[in-house]
Amino acid sequence: MSENGLEVVREIEKVAHGIRRRVLQHTISNNGGYMSQACSAAELLSSLYVGILKFSAVGQPIDPPSFIGVPAVGPHTYQTGAQFHGEKRADLDRLISSPAHYALVIYAALIETGRLREDGLEHFNRDGSTVEMIGAEHSPGFETTTGSLAQALSQASGIALARKIRGESGRTWVFMSDGEFQEGQTYEALQAARFHGLSNLRVIVDVNRAQCDGPMDTVMNIEPLPDRIKAFGWEVSVIDGHDIAGILAASEKKTDVPHMILCYTDPVRGLPILANRAPVLHYLRFTSADERAQYEMAYQEMTK
Amino acid sequence: MSYEIVARPHQQNFIDWAKDKPEVLVLSADLTNSCEVGKWRDTYPDRFFSMGMAEQNMMGMAAGLAREGFEPWLHTFSVFLYRRPLDQLQMSIAYPALKVRLVGFLPGIMTPGGVTHQAIEDIAILRAIPNMTIFEVGDATEAQSVLDVAHDVQGPVYIRMLRGEVSRIFPVTEPFVFNRARVLSTGTDITLITSGIATEEALRAVPLLQARGVSVTHLHVSTLKPFTDPAVVAALKSAQAGVITMENHSIIGGLGSAVAEVMAENGISAPLQRIGLKDTYAHGASQKFLMAEYELDAAALVKRVEVAVGRKLDIDESELQEQRSINVHSSAKVEAL
Repeated sequence: MSENGLEVVREIEKVAHGIRRRVLQHTISNNGGYMSQACSAAELLSSLYVGILKFSAVGQPIDPPSFIGVPAVGPHTYQTGAQFHGEKRADLDRLISSPAHYALVIYAALIETGRLREDGLEHFNRDGSTVEMIGAEHSPGFETTTGSLAQALSQASGIALARKIRGESGRTWVFMSDGEFQEGQTYEALQAARFHGLSNLRVIVDVNRAQCDGPMDTVMNIEPLPDRIKAFGWEVSVIDGHDIAGILAASEKKTDVPHMILCYTDPVRGLPILANRAPVLHYLRFTSADERAQYEMAYQEMTK
Repeated sequence: MSYEIVARPHQQNFIDWAKDKPEVLVLSADLTNSCEVGKWRDTYPDRFFSMGMAEQNMMGMAAGLAREGFEPWLHTFSVFLYRRPLDQLQMSIAYPALKVRLVGFLPGIMTPGGVTHQAIEDIAILRAIPNMTIFEVGDATEAQSVLDVAHDVQGPVYIRMLRGEVSRIFPVTEPFVFNRARVLSTGTDITLITSGIATEEALRAVPLLQARGVSVTHLHVSTLKPFTDPAVVAALKSAQAGVITMENHSIIGGLGSAVAEVMAENGISAPLQRIGLKDTYAHGASQKFLMAEYELDAAALVKRVEVAVGRKLDIDESELQEQRSINVHSSAKVEAL
């Protein structure tokens, strides 16, 4: 790897560490948070925001706007959270994040990459704020409403099709979670994206094998996931989702069909005490003062 | 009464209309010829996208295209536009208020396909969804002129569409107007409000009612949401013997319910009778058979008017049959899939 490449990897490592640290800090101070998602997706999201996505800069980190209302028919001033991704331009990439409950992790990634103001998280889950617990299209880093899971891939496919019709060079990226491969719509989208030749569509998945009820293979098995996706005619890369160089290499793969990067991840990576909560890791809320103290110690370790 | 029968009113009209509108796309879910867009596909192959039998994904892709400035017109049977993909319709299209047009064919009991194909509660469900606009066309003129009206709406639109051999009841010079009812007759005894194919059916009975001395204000409604036309309020206020609604839909949540809401909100006190499917599913049979079986036809209307005015009108079935336009409900009109 070139010196420049090594520098990018080091920057991604730093951002990934920052994501875990911020989400842990927030989880401790709020007695709750989607912590395992930060542990599993930190390298994936930091690689996207730092090394993969072709976004324009935003100048100063943006102060998250207050909620001004839902989208309405007719002229309105509704603004999506895509502003945190910079300019909307033919040659630039787009990122549609599907698992809206990763919002806290995405906000942390935006802060670490200078797109969201550091105090933006103070608005998290506060009444009247756009920094919602489950991101909607007004929330920083979101531009569609995907909290009812498995709808983003279809929406992004429509965006990718529009960009293909217009001959735009920018790619449309989708960040997905593995639980969404239990929904039928995902497979409808896979077949349609391939059928319509959306080679400008790129999907990256946090395969952390954990969902609300517990380990996925006890809730509803989705494996062999790579074979499933390949059977739909997609190009599939299977990688260790904490291997930054591997994520970057996969992202550069040239294909003439839609491409999916399956990042197999560890939902307690960087925070080993989280394993004590197994098998249910979906949401962390402390059950005792003692447990909270352990996480505070882990946080102190992380800030060293 | 006999009307001109227009064969496939949507087919060529939609091709001509879309000619200078490059943003207009068609998404279809394996019912392309059944929805009169096969020729559209052949005329504009670059603007036609086959989505297969996968309506949930079709909603999402339509949403993405609309976000990018295209105007997707989804063509399939009414029932497939809202039942299975309702969450997708709501979260991907209705919430962001995107310019997606849902063109639904064979609404209500117009299809012999039975319960799986019969959209009998579509208006009820879609009326409850914020940002939706709902149209239902009642003849060939409206099937053709609804395009401009829908095109102008800056949010999602659902259209209950007609296909095949369709009567032209309203002159071509009197196109569909947004949120404006058509006043087909005026009177003071009964206010009759009809929509879709119920209008043509009601028009068979109205002259006979008038001949028996019942004066009828008859409004045809083609905008079901919003439902704020002051002409409707005025007509409801004028009813001395009662109000009757007539629709190809469940009596719950559709035109009848919308009228009931308007009456209640305006303090209009009159007995309201709702003609429609009486909270029941239907089954596979011809339109004519089902309209009689479920009391959606002209004979049913006569009975309701008799209740309202409190006397027998002595209108028999043969008189109603004479009022039928020649082709409608003849064997040639039986709907296929």
